[in-house]
Amino acid sequence: MPKIILIGANHKTAPVELREKLSFSIEEIIAGLELLNQDKDIKECLIFSTCNRTEILYIPETGEKVDKIIDFISYHKNIDISEFKSSLYVYKEDEAILHLFKVVSSLDSMVVGEPQILGQIKQAYRTAVENNASGVMLNRLMHKAFNIAKKVRKETGIGDNAVSISYAAIELAKKIFSDLSQKSVMLLGAGEMAELAVEHLLSNNVKHIIVANRTFKNAVDLADKFNGQAIKFEEREDALKTVDIIISSTGATDYVLTETQVKQAMKKRHHNTLFFIDIAVPRDIDPKINTISNAYVYDIDDLKNIVESNIEQRGKETIKAERYIEEAVVKFLKWMESLAIIPTIKALNDKISTIVDMECKKTFLNLKHLSQEDREAIRRMTQAIATRTIHDPILFLRNTGDHRDDSLYLNVTRQLFNLDLPEGK
Amino acid sequence: MSVQTAQIVLQITTVLYFISMAGYILFLFNQKKIYQKTSFCLISIAVAFHFISMVIYTMATRYAPIQNLSQSLSVAAFFLGCMFLFFQYKFDLKMLGVFASVLLFVIMLAVLIMVPDAQVKQNDILKGFWFYAHIFMVFAGDASLALACGAGILYLLQEKGIKTKNPGFFFKRLPSLDLLDNVGYTCLTTGFALLTIGLVTGFIYAKTIWGRFWSWDPKEVFSVGIWLMYAALLHLRIYSGWRGRKSAIVTIIGFLIILFTFIGVNMLLGGYHQAFTK
Repeated sequence: MPKIILIGANHKTAPVELREKLSFSIEEIIAGLELLNQDKDIKECLIFSTCNRTEILYIPETGEKVDKIIDFISYHKNIDISEFKSSLYVYKEDEAILHLFKVVSSLDSMVVGEPQILGQIKQAYRTAVENNASGVMLNRLMHKAFNIAKKVRKETGIGDNAVSISYAAIELAKKIFSDLSQKSVMLLGAGEMAELAVEHLLSNNVKHIIVANRTFKNAVDLADKFNGQAIKFEEREDALKTVDIIISSTGATDYVLTETQVKQAMKKRHHNTLFFIDIAVPRDIDPKINTISNAYVYDIDDLKNIVESNIEQRGKETIKAERYIEEAVVKFLKWMESLAIIPTIKALNDKISTIVDMECKKTFLNLKHLSQEDREAIRRMTQAIATRTIHDPILFLRNTGDHRDDSLYLNVTRQLFNLDLPEGK
Repeated sequence: MSVQTAQIVLQITTVLYFISMAGYILFLFNQKKIYQKTSFCLISIAVAFHFISMVIYTMATRYAPIQNLSQSLSVAAFFLGCMFLFFQYKFDLKMLGVFASVLLFVIMLAVLIMVPDAQVKQNDILKGFWFYAHIFMVFAGDASLALACGAGILYLLQEKGIKTKNPGFFFKRLPSLDLLDNVGYTCLTTGFALLTIGLVTGFIYAKTIWGRFWSWDPKEVFSVGIWLMYAALLHLRIYSGWRGRKSAIVTIIGFLIILFTFIGVNMLLGGYHQAFTK
């Protein structure tokens, strides 16, 4: 019975310096797969490496061969074993499958639910297939893994909630404005928080950035950084005419924008929508502005509330996702067990006997004149034909050895005779 | 080709509208694209069947099927379906399908319940180019305004969540306020333009039949009232920034008045439009 083993290190077990040293480039992966392919002890293998993890999934011919893989990493990455051995995890059989499924479904990611991991692993699998490193077991395992990842993404909300404040603010902006690249942003205050929010916004390609600060020099510096325009703090009210999103983070103790100011600005801008993100404490933007039509004000507490409810939601979705994954692991283990010789032969015999019984019954229904002995004779003959037909295939399956890959033939047998029918694909 | 065949095709159409409504409601909760796509295809097929049914009827009786209230509702539903397909194609606002399919099914149900088999008294004045132009424009216009109302409802749902800082059920399901407002505005301007032409052709038709443009028929009065209201809304929108929430509320009210004009006025107030709305 083949064993599935997974060795690796990820962001939870290894610091970034070590992960960098352990990471494989695509060329290194190809070279590594070739090396492992030549090794008689390793039947199938797959290497995947991202900035947060390096993992090797393999099936040994016999035993577990963990040390061999550790030696391989040390040799291939030119790094001393003592340096990384304590950061490695080794999962075997059901644990390995569980871990793989979790990784593919993005439950093991640094940011749970991030969508890139599936593509990265698909790429790694493609490389393994192109280099003839994967076989019956890994092919099936990886297909199941991709299926479960797809199911988790589709049926749980794990990937669709903003869990950081700046991300939540941008999600909101996207539900207010249809195209952020046509919108201008004004920063009030040149603090660190403002910078962070703008970096997020810039990745969404806003049209124009204006920075207003009490100390004009700081405004100029920040504006330079983001390729924007600096204005005097007193000009902020005029700027309301042209901007759409206002991010405020000044240290002022009073409101820097009041309801009357915004009301007047609204007229000048033909009541086009304004979105205020107030991340200052104490607040910069008068909350009453939210009552003006087409103006929306979110302060830091509002954003925190949204983030918290999203985190809570994500926690619930994780539990659901884990249930799907565990189900998939159980199913896969069942398939692996069935891949043994005895169950396959038994399933084959059962199937043939069922067919014989069914066909005899059908025939006898129309041949009522036959005596009991005649019926017995016919049944014996039918049974004999059937048994003889599958005799050679069974003999072939029993006759193991010859350094051949049993799981391959067992898999073919199961597929040819459709023995996995009740389990589905 | 007989009236019965037309009736059977119309029943099939209603069943198709019903299934697509069920699909859209599933989509509302489940958000699986396959539901939306299937439902959209079903509406397209249903509209085609609806058209076939009207053609069969016209061929069998030599009259367009707008002789009584049941038939004119059916024509209204047909135009609603067409305009929905057009706007869905243009904006891909998937949730509008929920509104449209429910409305379509409700109208069709009313069509089938309202004594569809009753013998129709043919009226020879309901013919001619101006008559058909009037009908076509008014119905297409009303359908666009109905969809403007749908977009308005969706806008209010999304706006309420964002304004009250409680992004709930609809937050993820609906697109941005900008887009919703834009859809509403396009439906509104399209509907208004069609309605304007519809009224003008109606006046010309009245002139050819009764010899005068205007005769204080209640439906005429209401229609012009509706036209004035939408004209005011467009004016306010362009010159006083009545966008977003206010615009959405007015389009919803406007559609309710259209509904009353379509059904209520004839039942309660009489007038010569009554002829084909009994």
